[in-house]
Amino acid sequence: MHEYALLLASALSAGTPLALASLGLLINEKSGVVNLGAEGMMLMAAIAGFAVAVATGNQWLAFGAGAVVGSVLAAAIGVLVLWLGTNQYATGLAMSLFGAGLSAFLGMNDVGRNLAPFGHVHIPWLSDLPFFGAALFSHHLMVYVAMLLAWGIHVFLHRTRAGLVLRAVGESPESAHALGYPVRRIRLAALMVGGALCGIAGAYLSVIYTPMWVQGMTAGRGWIALALTTFATWRPARVLLGAYLFGGVTMLQFYFQGRGVQVPSQLLSMLPYLATIVVLALISRNPTWIRINMPASLGKVFRPTA
Amino acid sequence: MLQLEARPAPSRTMLVLSPLIALAATVLFGALMFAALGKNPLDGLALFFVEPLKGLYGLSELGLKATPLILCGLGLAACYRANVWNIGAEGQLLLGAIAASGVALQATDDTTRWILVPILVAGVLGGMLWAALVAVLRDRFHANEILTSLMLVYVAQNLLDYLVYGPWKDPEGYNFPQTALFAASTTLPKLIPDTRLNIGFAIALLAVAAMSLFMSRTLQGFRLVVGGQAADAARYAGFSARKSLWTVLLLSGGLSGLAGALEAVGPLGQLTPHVSPGYGFAAIIVAFVGRLNSIGIVFSGVLMAMFYIGGELAQSRLGLPNAMTGVFQGLLLFCLLAADTLVTHRVRITGRGMRHA
Repeated sequence: MHEYALLLASALSAGTPLALASLGLLINEKSGVVNLGAEGMMLMAAIAGFAVAVATGNQWLAFGAGAVVGSVLAAAIGVLVLWLGTNQYATGLAMSLFGAGLSAFLGMNDVGRNLAPFGHVHIPWLSDLPFFGAALFSHHLMVYVAMLLAWGIHVFLHRTRAGLVLRAVGESPESAHALGYPVRRIRLAALMVGGALCGIAGAYLSVIYTPMWVQGMTAGRGWIALALTTFATWRPARVLLGAYLFGGVTMLQFYFQGRGVQVPSQLLSMLPYLATIVVLALISRNPTWIRINMPASLGKVFRPTA
Repeated sequence: MLQLEARPAPSRTMLVLSPLIALAATVLFGALMFAALGKNPLDGLALFFVEPLKGLYGLSELGLKATPLILCGLGLAACYRANVWNIGAEGQLLLGAIAASGVALQATDDTTRWILVPILVAGVLGGMLWAALVAVLRDRFHANEILTSLMLVYVAQNLLDYLVYGPWKDPEGYNFPQTALFAASTTLPKLIPDTRLNIGFAIALLAVAAMSLFMSRTLQGFRLVVGGQAADAARYAGFSARKSLWTVLLLSGGLSGLAGALEAVGPLGQLTPHVSPGYGFAAIIVAFVGRLNSIGIVFSGVLMAMFYIGGELAQSRLGLPNAMTGVFQGLLLFCLLAADTLVTHRVRITGRGMRHA
């Protein structure tokens, strides 16, 4: 493959877990809840998915396990922040710290275990096109699922009644409550769907992307996914774009190596994190612009009166 | 049925009790976890809650581990009080360790003990620099400090790795990623002979006293607290949110950097990629469990240090992974957040049948 085509292909592949998690977090935030637990949830799902993949050899069961673990942990966050009214930042942080510890603990016997790689789909004819054919049309199915999901979430949020209700709950929980919508249950559902997507993202990392289990293997992707929702100003298509951009930045180190550029690997490993900071600063520079699409009740505790 | 009912005023009793309730719940979960692993729960719990307290050596190790936790926790508590969500103490600690090591590597055995002063100052400045980046990004660009401070942790870790695998690697270190051992002149004076406890612990306690005074007795401390609790009132009173942001971040960065410096020249005596087993992250829990209160942080710092020692003991004696430490820490924070509901709410038991009776 040509080196640019290779860079594009690996950007899509590396961007997919970011896209999945960030789309999930977008749904959370549209309902008015910030989930800082993404990193811990992804780690827990990564080990659960890996263990299931090792035990069954079935990648779809692994994704299922990741989704279940993600949504169960999200439900735990939901009970704390929605019914007990705990601080959303602190609760999410607790999940990230807890998930990092517990996943390392549960995965102690899975370190160094090998997983047979799962095949990619080759879209007939298209993947045979010269130059970019293989780069675009010869990926794991989940890469295309993430793209479809972005479109689906956009349609759901802006073209369906349920999506309208979800956005209303995020904009003004008081009004939604007054209209008779169960705000807390809707938020819990949004958290669990978002958690499932974070879980699938975690399982993708350990089952498809690497594929292996290492302690702390998400390496901050949950946090980058959180930054991506802001970067995308809460729009699914921009989440996708941002995810592939960051996937590309992650992959630049291999590109540099391919070109024979001598830069220490640790300095190249900094790139995605530095890119996140720079992009976040550029996007946030104009507060009014951010606020246009930001759910108005984001991060605030809502207590229904009577 | 259990029902939550808002209290007219926060309960002072519960404010003190809820960390204890959270600790009890964590112990209970811990016991269940050991049982699930087929270990005797009492033996397991003893490793975490009894062994670290045994004897002078045990206690000195506890103080050693509590030092960075207290220092980082103090700074984070100031941030959280001012509603600045700095969660990058780990990165600020690493930069402190890097800066301090840069100075320590210049020392020779002929250097006077006073080299420790520039070493510790370098640590403080290194941590401040890393926190200042967060402050600039928030102040000038409105960038969310949670994400920027955390991203800087990964940048700091990569910078540390680069140095110890690259330019600072000890040429006589059998290719291990670590610097040469620092000269003897950089050794911190011991508090108790024949233990590893050094003046770092005393410095941490001094910092606790200074922070208590700053928060309760100075106008700037008052401004921070008001700004965090009622931003509108603070603006009305003419308190500068920018000044608060910079104050708490520089304070927090400086204390974390000091913690990093004390680790490098204290128990380690060289710079390695593993300067910190997550002290900066555990300090987030220290700050919350200590109720963002300086004295409370001493207790919660010691408690969290017990978890570190317990985790090491569980690893060596029961063959359980070190990650047990993180599980206990995370559990404690979860339980505390849940238990804090009792401060503002009371639980009422309502019988189902009673409504119809």
